[in-house]
Order: sequence, then C-alpha cells, then structure tokens
Amino acid sequence: MIRKLLKSFSIHSVLIFTSLLSIFPFIWLLSTSLKGSGENIFAYPPAIIPKDFTFANYVGVWHRVDLMRYFYNSVIVAGGTVLLNLILSSLAGYPLARMEFKGKKIVFFATLATIMVPFQAIMLPVYLITLKLHLTDGTNDVAGFIGLIMPFAVSAFGIFLMRQAFLAIPREMEEAAIVDGCNVFQVFWKVLLPMVKPSLAVLAIFTFIGSWGEFLWPSIILTKESMYTLPVGINNLQGMFSSNWRYIAAGSIISTVPIIIFFLAMQKYFISGENEGAVKG
Amino acid sequence: MLKYYGKLAPYFFLLPAGIILLIFFFIPFFQTIFLSFQDYSNNIYNADWVGIANYLQIFKNPTFYKVMLNTFIYLVVAVPILAIVPLFLAILINQKIKGITLYKILIYLPVIVSIVVAAIAFKWLYADQGILNYLLNVLHIKSIGWLTDPKYAIYSVIILTIWKGIGYYMMIYLAALMSVPKELYEACDIDGAGFFRKHLTVTVPHIMPTIALVTTISSISAMKIFAEIYVMTKGGPLNSTKTIVYYIYERAFENLDLGYASAMAVILLAVVMVFSLINILCFERNKYNL
Repeated sequence: MIRKLLKSFSIHSVLIFTSLLSIFPFIWLLSTSLKGSGENIFAYPPAIIPKDFTFANYVGVWHRVDLMRYFYNSVIVAGGTVLLNLILSSLAGYPLARMEFKGKKIVFFATLATIMVPFQAIMLPVYLITLKLHLTDGTNDVAGFIGLIMPFAVSAFGIFLMRQAFLAIPREMEEAAIVDGCNVFQVFWKVLLPMVKPSLAVLAIFTFIGSWGEFLWPSIILTKESMYTLPVGINNLQGMFSSNWRYIAAGSIISTVPIIIFFLAMQKYFISGENEGAVKG
Repeated sequence: MLKYYGKLAPYFFLLPAGIILLIFFFIPFFQTIFLSFQDYSNNIYNADWVGIANYLQIFKNPTFYKVMLNTFIYLVVAVPILAIVPLFLAILINQKIKGITLYKILIYLPVIVSIVVAAIAFKWLYADQGILNYLLNVLHIKSIGWLTDPKYAIYSVIILTIWKGIGYYMMIYLAALMSVPKELYEACDIDGAGFFRKHLTVTVPHIMPTIALVTTISSISAMKIFAEIYVMTKGGPLNSTKTIVYYIYERAFENLDLGYASAMAVILLAVVMVFSLINILCFERNKYNL
C-alpha cells in the first residue's frame, strides 16, 4: 500500500514538474504583459503576480498594431490551405487507392519522393517561380494570398492519408453504387467521400496547425505589413517596440489565444494517440 | 470488380495535385540543382555557368564548417534528449493515474503554439536581467549571456527546440506503448522487477522501432531549424547559432547569392534525403504499403 502511494506520488511529481516547465514560459510572458509602467519588470526577485496590475499594455498594443488584420490574414491563409489540401489530397488519393492505370507506380513514388525533400532546400526556386507568376503582395492582395497558400496547397502526407482512408473502404460499397448507375464522380462524391470524413478531419486539423504557425515562407514572400500573418506580425513587434517587453508580451499573448482555444476544442485529435506523427516536425 | 471508370479518369483526379506539385515542388527541386552550378554574384539577371565552383568555394568557407558544426551540435544534443525524455514521460502517463488528460494537454501545449511566440517567450526568459539569471544568482552562480555569449547561445536555442518537441514525441510514444502486451508487464510484476528494470527489459525492446523513428524524425527537424534562430539570435553572436537553413536563407535572400545558396541547399537536400529514406524504408513501410 505504502509502496503504491509512493509510486503514485513520484509519478505525479514528475508529471506536475514537466507540466509546469511546459507552461512556465507562457505564464511568465502573461505576467509581464500585465505589469504596469510603475513596476520594474526586471525586479529581483521576479514577481509572478503583477503588483501594478493593468490591461494597459493590451490596450496599447491593440491600438498601435493591427493585430486583427494579422488575424484575418492568418485565417484566410490557413483556411485556404486547409480547403485546398482537403480537395486536392482526396482527389489524388482516390485513383492511387482504387484505380489501375499506366504510370501508377511512377506517380506513387514521385509522391513519396516529395516527403523526403524539405521545403527549406527548395525555397529559393519556389520564391523565384512565385515572383515570376506575380503571386505576391506587390501585385495585389489576392495574388499575395494565393502566393502564400499555393506552395502548401497539397502535401504527400495528405495524399497518402487519404489513400489509406480509401483503401479501408470495402469494395462492395462502390459496386452497389455502380450497379445503381453512378458514374465515377458520383461514386467519389456521394459514396466514398462521406466515408472518409474522419480522415478529412484529421487532415484539416493538422494542416491548419501547420499553416497557422508557418513562419519561413511568409517572411520570405511578404513585403506589405498589411499582409502579415500572425507569426510574421508578432516577430515584427520586436522591432517596433525594441525594448518594451510589456507590449511585446501582450501582443504575443493575444496572438496565442485563438490557437489555444482551437487546441482545447479539438484536443481529442491531438492527444488521443491515434494520429501520431500527423503534424510535421 | 467491374471497370466503371474511363481510361482518363485516374489522370483527371490526379491532375490538380499534380499541377501544384509540378510548379511548387518538382520544378523547384531540379532548379535548385541547376542553380547550384551557376554564379549570380556579378549580375543577378545574367548567370554564368561555373560547374562545381560553388561547391569548391563552400568547402573552403570557414563559415560553412561553423554552420555544419552548429547543426551537428544540434543533432548530438537535441536528438538523444528528444528520443529519451518523451519516452520516459509517455511511460509515466501510460500508468493508470488521475489527471492524465490534463497532463497531456499541458505537455502538448508547446507543440501547438507558434514557434515565433515560443521563441519570444524564451528570449524573455533568457534576458540579461531575466528570470533565469535570477535563478542562477540564487544558486550563487554568476549571470550568463544566454543568447549573447557565443559559448552558450546555441545550447539556449536547443533548449527551446527540445521544450517545443517533447509533447509531440511523447504522443508518438504513447501510441506505440498501447501495442505492448499487458501480459509481459504482469510477468515482470510477478518476478518483482522494479520500475526501471521492467521498462528496460520489456518496453524498450518492444518499441525499439518507434525509438528509431523518433530519432530519425527529430534529426530531420533539427536540420531544418530556422524560426528559432531568426527570432532569437539572427545566427549570432559570431555565427555561434547559425544553422544550415539560416545560412542558406541569408545567402539567398540577403546576399542574393543564388548559386552559392543553392549549392548549400543541395548539400542539405542530400543529407535530409538519406535520413528520410531510412525513415520510410525501415519504419514507415505500413504507412505507405511498401
């Protein structure tokens, strides 16, 4: 009995300690963001609970930086990326799972090959091509959004995920529909797609998280501040408020609220352990 | 199965994804290799074909070796920790205890949050008069320049990467742990084996493929580190935190040295592809039905 209690106690201690380490950087940022100008944020010993408690930093950063605009931009980019991934991946996954055609092996291995090549290694030509196609914010805002989205509009991960989902559907489902006179598009749209909704949800959620946090590509391609996505805009706060850590902290916290809400609402997809390895590393 | 689709139907379904991958993947892939044999440094609009000159220059460039060394430090420090600590945590969380969901959520939180916000939060922890230096002072250790001292900066950045990755790898391990047969643990309990012996003799051998998988995935991500560096140090001080991707970025987009940057990208490509191949062929065969 005592041994059992001791074991449980030590397990909880380790896990509580790790949990605290995981959230402490945010807690400290939150604490800083709530400290008024009357309080020294470099005080020794540091105070977790603000003494001069205020929301002034939030109001200040909200007025000086168009965070709402960054948020909209992020929503458009992440939303567009998710939508295109769902459509293109399920379209491409279907023939790979269900049809016989010339060149299937080539298509399969070409898709697999894209997994092995990191975006970071080919980003320069991707940039040059995007420029050539005038898909930048220099042309207009719509072109800018398309340029932000297109390089991530489909991924091999998504195609293989959908292929696996289609493979798991019993053939009889399709056969019944074909006997009823459905053509290939109706089979795809009316019979197969509704059956892979769980996989579509997984693809949507993980694509969303990846796209929402993407930093490298937007920081390469964007030139106009009004087109900034949240990560780029938040990084930019460092330059705007060079040493005003209260504002930087407040802006960072605001930008994090939407994704935390999203995470808590969708937590079962992240922590059930069934979708392991779904997010890009 | 009766054939209900026309000869062209498969290609029709593949076409949209194919066009995107062609424009934004396959063409850039070959263009990277092509560019690496050219020199743009004299005239950005008119390149000279220079053969392997860029590669020869790279191998004579001390900064390149510094950058490779940094990436190597990243690998040898971050990868073992990311392979072991999340496994340990996953084993703890896998016990039937209260509050599992809350622990999982809190430990997974850093994975979800944007790397930019995470890097800003850590930059604040690392401030010269920041809270970490205060803790050092409490322990009667002199303050250190977490991000400003070339000796420590890379490790400070690595700590962020580890912190952000632990929850992700823990979830991979948790999924793997579900496949370990319960009877094996019961046998251990009868033998009276302790916690560590039990898991070293049963768990670890059983999920060895997953440990290897985590090792290769975390190695690949270690080689692609960029945002942490960009937000926290810009590669400094004295190139001490410059990673290969950051250096490619700098050469390509700040110095507009397209050929040189592409040659480094090809080197990165080669290294990452080796790791990915191992990954796919050894650990992810079922995922792709190979």
